[in-house]
Amino acid sequence: MADGNVNTGKRRFLIGATSVVGGVGAVAAGTPFVLSLFPSERARAAGAPVEQDIAKMEPGQQITLEWRGRVVWVINRTPAMLATLPKLTARLADPNSDVPQQPPYCRNEHRSIKPEYLIAVGICTHLGCSPTYRPDVGPADLGPEWLGGFFCPCHQSKFDLAARVYRGVPAPTNLVIPPHRFLTSTRIQVGVGEDGKSA
Amino acid sequence: MEKLLNWIDARFPLTALWESQWGKYVAPKNFNFWYYFGSLAALVLVMQIVTGIFLTMNYKPDAAKAFDSVEYIMRDVPWGWFIRYLHSTGASLFFVVVYLHMFRGLMYGSYRKPRELTWIFGCLIYLVLMGEAFFGYLLPWGQMSYWGAQVIVNLFSTVPIIGEDLGVWIRGDYTISDVTLNRFFAYHVIAMPLVLLGLVAAHLMALHETGSNNPDGVEIKKQPHDPATGLPLDGIYSHPYYSVKDIVGVVVFLAIFSVIVFFVPDMGGYFLEANNFLPADPLKTPEHIAPVWYFTPYYAMLRAVPSFLNSQFWGVIVMGVAVVIFFFLPWLDRGPVKSIRYRGPLYKAWLAAFVVSFLILGYLGVVPVTVWGQFPENWWLLGAADRATVVARVLTTVYFLFFLLMPWYTAIDKTKPVPERVTG
Repeated sequence: MADGNVNTGKRRFLIGATSVVGGVGAVAAGTPFVLSLFPSERARAAGAPVEQDIAKMEPGQQITLEWRGRVVWVINRTPAMLATLPKLTARLADPNSDVPQQPPYCRNEHRSIKPEYLIAVGICTHLGCSPTYRPDVGPADLGPEWLGGFFCPCHQSKFDLAARVYRGVPAPTNLVIPPHRFLTSTRIQVGVGEDGKSA
Repeated sequence: MEKLLNWIDARFPLTALWESQWGKYVAPKNFNFWYYFGSLAALVLVMQIVTGIFLTMNYKPDAAKAFDSVEYIMRDVPWGWFIRYLHSTGASLFFVVVYLHMFRGLMYGSYRKPRELTWIFGCLIYLVLMGEAFFGYLLPWGQMSYWGAQVIVNLFSTVPIIGEDLGVWIRGDYTISDVTLNRFFAYHVIAMPLVLLGLVAAHLMALHETGSNNPDGVEIKKQPHDPATGLPLDGIYSHPYYSVKDIVGVVVFLAIFSVIVFFVPDMGGYFLEANNFLPADPLKTPEHIAPVWYFTPYYAMLRAVPSFLNSQFWGVIVMGVAVVIFFFLPWLDRGPVKSIRYRGPLYKAWLAAFVVSFLILGYLGVVPVTVWGQFPENWWLLGAADRATVVARVLTTVYFLFFLLMPWYTAIDKTKPVPERVTG
C-alpha cells in the first residue's frame, strides 16, 4: 500500500478502540482473581454465630469464647466492679461511647445488655493484641489509681471494666462490643444482635 | 569453542550481553569499600532463592502443619538446619547489605542525574524486599509470625471506610488463618521473587546504561579518552578488575555469614525471635510484639504517632511516607556536587543526624515504649509521657526533615570544587 493512501485518522481510531476494548477485557479477566482473595464459603461458615451457657459463671469471672477467630470475653461483673464505672469518667477518652464501637442497645454506661454481663471483643483497638483482664485494685505495676479493667501488654493501653479506653494511651477507641443477644436468661449468642442483625 | 560461541552469537546476543552488562562495562577505577554491597546483594539474592527452593521441598503451608514442618526441617531433614539457617540469616544480612548499599548511594549522590531510574528501581526493590520479608516471616507459624502479621495487616484495616474490608481481603478470612498462611506462601515463593528478579534486571540495565557513579562523583563518561586504551581516563573494565575485587568481598562476607550460621543463628533474638519458637496461638498475645530488626525504625515511627480524630491511620501514613520518600531524593537534592567529599558541613550534619535517627529508631522499635520510663508528672507538656515515645517523635521529625529541608540546605551549602580526575 502506498504511503499516501494511509488513512491515519482511521488507523488511530482503530488502534484506540482496540486498546480500550482490550483494556476492558483485561480488567474483566482480572476481576475473578481479585475476588478470589475474599473469604471462601468455608471461611464464611466458620464465622457463624457462637453460643455459650453462662449460668455457672462465678461473680467476677472471665470466660473466653472464640468468634470468627477473635477472642470474645464474657465477664460477670460484681456490683463493686460496676460501682467503679462512674468514678472513671474524667480519665476516659470516650466515656459515653459516642464512637460506634458497640451496637445501639449496648450504648450505656456499662456497655452491655444486662449490667453485670460484659461481652466484648478482647482485641485492642490499637494494633490487635489481646489485653489482659486485671480486676485487681491498685496493683504494684499499674499503680494505686487502678480500679480494675483491661491492660494491653503490647503498647500499654488501658481500658476500664466496661472496656472503655483511657485517655492518653495508644488505643484510640473503646473495645468493640460484638452483636449478641440472650437466647434465654442464661444462654448468650454472639454474632447475632438483639435486633436480629448479624455482623 | 570459538565456533560454538559464534554459532550462539548469530542466534542469541550472548557475547554482546556479557560485554555490555559486565565484561566490557567500563567503571570508574576508584571504587572503595562501599562498592562491595551491590554485588553482595546479588549474591544473597541467589542464596535466598536456592535455599528457599530447598526449604519448600519439606515445608507445608498449612496452619496445622507449618510449625511442625519447620521443626522437621530443623531436626530430621539431612542438613535441613543448615539450609534453614542459611535462609534465615540470609534474610537479615540481605537487609544489612541493602541498607549499606543505600547509605553508599546517599553518601556519594548516586541517585543524582542521570541515575534517577537506577535509584527508583532500587527503591522498588527495597519495597518488594520488605513485602517478601514480611510474607516469609509468617511461614514458620510461630507466635511472632502470627502476631506480627496480625499487627501489620491491621495497619491496612485503619484505612478509613474501606479498611475493614481491605483487611479481610488481604487475610481472606476474618482473622489471620490457614487461608492467610497459604496465600502468603504463594506471595513469598513465587509472586514477590519474580517481581524482585525483574526489578533487579531493570536496576542493573539502568546502571549499565548510565555508568556507575564513584566516591568522587566525577562523571568519567565526560572525560577525554585515553588514546592507548580507548577508555575514559579514569575508567577500567569491570572484568577482570572488579570481578577480582568483588570476590574478595564475597570471601569476607561469607566468612562473617558462616560465623553467624554456625555459632549465633538466632543472633540473640534479633534474627530469629524467641517467641517464634512457640507455635502460633490466636488466643494468646505475646507480652511484647516487635518486628524483626530491619523493620523496627518504621515500627518505632508508627508507635510514636498518637491517634487523632479516633483513628490510628496517621501513624500508618507516616510509616508509609517514610519509605516512599526515598523515591523523591533525586529531585529533593539541589546541591551542585554529588559526593560527600565535596559537600559542605550542612549536608554532612544532616546526613549524620539522619543516620543516627534511623539507628536509634531501630533500637526503639525493638524495645517496649516504657524502656526509659516516664517524665515526672509535673513536667510541662511532657508530664508522665513515656521518654522513649518523646524521643521517637523527635527522631521521626529529624528523619523527615532530612528529606523535606534538603532542597534548602543542599542549595545553600558551601561546597568544594570537584576535580577533573578521580582522586584514588
